[in-house]
Amino acid sequence: MHQRVLAQRERLLLTGNEAIARGAYEAGVKVATGYPGTPSTEILEALARMEGVYVEWSTNEKVAMDVALGASLGGARALCTMKHVGLNVASDTFMTASYTGVGGGLVVVSADDPGMHSSQNEQDNRYYAKFAAVPLLEPSDSAEAKEFTHLAFELSERFDVPVLLRTTTRISHTRGVVELGPRQEHASKGFVRDPGKYVMLPAYAQKRHPVVLARLPRMQEVAASPELLRWELRDRAVGVITSGVCYHYVREVLPDASILKLGMTYPLPLEQIRAFAREVARLFVVEELEPFLEEMLRAEGLEVEGKAFFPRQGELSPDLVREGFVRAGVLPPAEPRVSSVVPTTPRPPVLCPGCPHVVPFLALRRLGAVVCGDIGCYTLAALEPLQAMDTCVAMGSSIGMAVGLAKAGTSPGPVVAAIGDSTFIHAGIPALIDAVYKDADITVLILDNGTTAMTGGQPHPGTGLTIRGEQTKALDLVALCRAAGVEHVRVVDPYDVAATFVALEEAIQHEGVAVVITNRPCVEAPVKIRDIPFTVVPQKCIACQLCMNLGCPSISWSVETYEGRPKVVIDPSTCTGCTVCAQLCPTEAIQLLHPGRGATRERAGESRG
Amino acid sequence: MGEVRNLLLVGVGGQGVVLASNIVAAVCLHHGYDVKKSEVHGMAQRGGVVYSHLRYGHEVHSPLIERGRADVLLALEWAEALRWLPYLRTGGVLVVDMVRSVPPIAMKDRRTWTSGYPPVDVNHLCTQGVEVRACNAGQLAEDLGSTKVANTILLGVLSNILEFSQEEWEEALAASVPPQTLDLNLQAFRLGRSVAAEGLALEGLPIEHPTAYGTPRRFRVEIAEVWCKGCGICVRFCPEECLRLDSREKAEVVDPGRCTGCQICQLLCPDFAIAVQEESLKEASVRG
Repeated sequence: MHQRVLAQRERLLLTGNEAIARGAYEAGVKVATGYPGTPSTEILEALARMEGVYVEWSTNEKVAMDVALGASLGGARALCTMKHVGLNVASDTFMTASYTGVGGGLVVVSADDPGMHSSQNEQDNRYYAKFAAVPLLEPSDSAEAKEFTHLAFELSERFDVPVLLRTTTRISHTRGVVELGPRQEHASKGFVRDPGKYVMLPAYAQKRHPVVLARLPRMQEVAASPELLRWELRDRAVGVITSGVCYHYVREVLPDASILKLGMTYPLPLEQIRAFAREVARLFVVEELEPFLEEMLRAEGLEVEGKAFFPRQGELSPDLVREGFVRAGVLPPAEPRVSSVVPTTPRPPVLCPGCPHVVPFLALRRLGAVVCGDIGCYTLAALEPLQAMDTCVAMGSSIGMAVGLAKAGTSPGPVVAAIGDSTFIHAGIPALIDAVYKDADITVLILDNGTTAMTGGQPHPGTGLTIRGEQTKALDLVALCRAAGVEHVRVVDPYDVAATFVALEEAIQHEGVAVVITNRPCVEAPVKIRDIPFTVVPQKCIACQLCMNLGCPSISWSVETYEGRPKVVIDPSTCTGCTVCAQLCPTEAIQLLHPGRGATRERAGESRG
Repeated sequence: MGEVRNLLLVGVGGQGVVLASNIVAAVCLHHGYDVKKSEVHGMAQRGGVVYSHLRYGHEVHSPLIERGRADVLLALEWAEALRWLPYLRTGGVLVVDMVRSVPPIAMKDRRTWTSGYPPVDVNHLCTQGVEVRACNAGQLAEDLGSTKVANTILLGVLSNILEFSQEEWEEALAASVPPQTLDLNLQAFRLGRSVAAEGLALEGLPIEHPTAYGTPRRFRVEIAEVWCKGCGICVRFCPEECLRLDSREKAEVVDPGRCTGCQICQLLCPDFAIAVQEESLKEASVRG
């Protein structure tokens, strides 16, 4: 099973995402598209480091899916990547792409996030495969991620269908041993005109739906092939049907149980599943999130046990799988092995030192605004200490929701939509046009930090750079807002506390749609920005805690006190020198660590006059 | 199954947990083992908790370690060591840096000024059924010239616990760190190795930090209305947001209970219209 000595092939430790990229590369992929979203982002980033592939960050997942489908109809092998909620955006194209079929192989990667490590919901995207009647592959580790990706392209062409490759955070972000193979160039047939297949008018689409349904039984046969279905007959008392990372949890917890490991989870290899069921006394399904397999198997009349013992919410783990089998009476109760529990502090994620999003939210809180927020780092402004965000639902929702709230006329304060640059370009632009069209009395705050920060700093149309760092045309946000009909558009430096307060106050007072754009780049990505750090002069600090209200991780309580309150210190190794705390300090206790060095420090001095 | 070794590396975003675990994984892979290593990106980078499960052996299945089954817990930060301690098996080894990274949320109590950060008490940890190898790697790294190599010092400590040779470790280091930092990293690694070889449980004591700074106090904010012209400076600057302008544009106190007595309002008022006085708790309770 385990071969230590391998033929001349290179063995590398790759993440699931890197392995998917490698699999696509080896399969001769020509066009790869996507929109950044944890945990999918690194697939395209890895592909962008390889040659012979056109790779793009699209403005959103729908556009990414359209570009990939277009390339596929043109005969090229195409890959389209996104996080689970991204497929909601792309689903309009995805659902009908099942009808059009493909030219070159089209593989759609959905990276789901059970446990919501970095997401707003934990929807189970396996249902999309069933919904669209397309094959669904679920790799269980990095090695399979590479193999299955390659296989997915072949299946796509063989059955003339887009293939959904579903990973999860645990697969995408786990490193495992992968053997590299050579790239196999894929010969393209080019674009072949076929309106009956590619023009989905009702008359043509009606003819395509039967084709979609007719291919399902043939795909079932593939699901039973040895590269996708693994029989592991051991002890027959307990049999487990499982897929993805859960397979490894089951192997760990029940090393002697019989396992039927599914690589393709839609459509199912029902004949083989029935045969496996006959071999074992008790049959379990172990799957993360929804009872997707369990319900299909029950509908086939199989007696399986599953969600009665394993949670339907959150990410599974070997601990939870063990607990489930203990509850099911398969395992004896585990004796506690935990050494001990010592209380510690919680550590929720926070905005970074020098984050340009802090001051606008500080201002909005002081102005009593009701803030419809959006998806990005700045969503952390909802947490302590800023607590300046009232809603966050989906990409681009802030503006439309603000319009609705304003039109309802029930808001206790001025209505503000706060949205990042990349999110604005993704799905905010139609909503802004709608707001102007409806003459809604709202303020739109566009937090332009010149990158897609939350996912690690990917370029977008506003940056004028491609995924490979090449120059391209840059989107002008101010001109775009003006073209949409916004009369009041202001650009402000969010490190200038007073100016940011004034800009937001004026925008709120303006009747109709007003836009405020903040223009400081992210200090962490794509490049780290570090200026001269600040320090606290202890003799001047009166421990008022005003700077602590920023929630800056560089500022903490010192061992010294003033009238029973802790003074503060600044960690020079993490302070970026943004000047904001120095502008707030009423006693000028916060000063440059190395005065006289650097010319960019005037701003702090100026605002204190 | 028993031959699989479980290592859990933990810390705070920016400390180099992932780089450290990449180096360990490279050593294991080079040694011919199967390796799985799992971490979560995304929100964890925003000053949050960073962890890396690393498992190696003949054949590794689960990428995650079960609670109570880690052989070694390597913590780059004190509070993180405590958070992940339940993953360590009884008799397992805890390698811990006594450096503190206090999150903002642990410093928000403005009534009693109590820090939510746990005390750095190595002796208490030693009574928890695990083997503790604590050192002040942050301080040692600073002495070497860069706090960034604290993680490498801890890898040096770890190297004495795992079965791999010094050459294997140093080869992996050379392949993983930026070339211009290799000398410093090798120095740090060897320092960590020698600290542990000499059997030192403690190397450099942590600074004592108070957990509670004060006792609850109450203050009265008196505003001379005739002098107040409604400029709003006190409203804007009050750290506790206990002031506002009333309908006549005069400053008024919204919630005196939140006042910490910092006197910023009194200090900044251009019209000398504000005075902050301390009330005794008894007086306050009589006044309701």
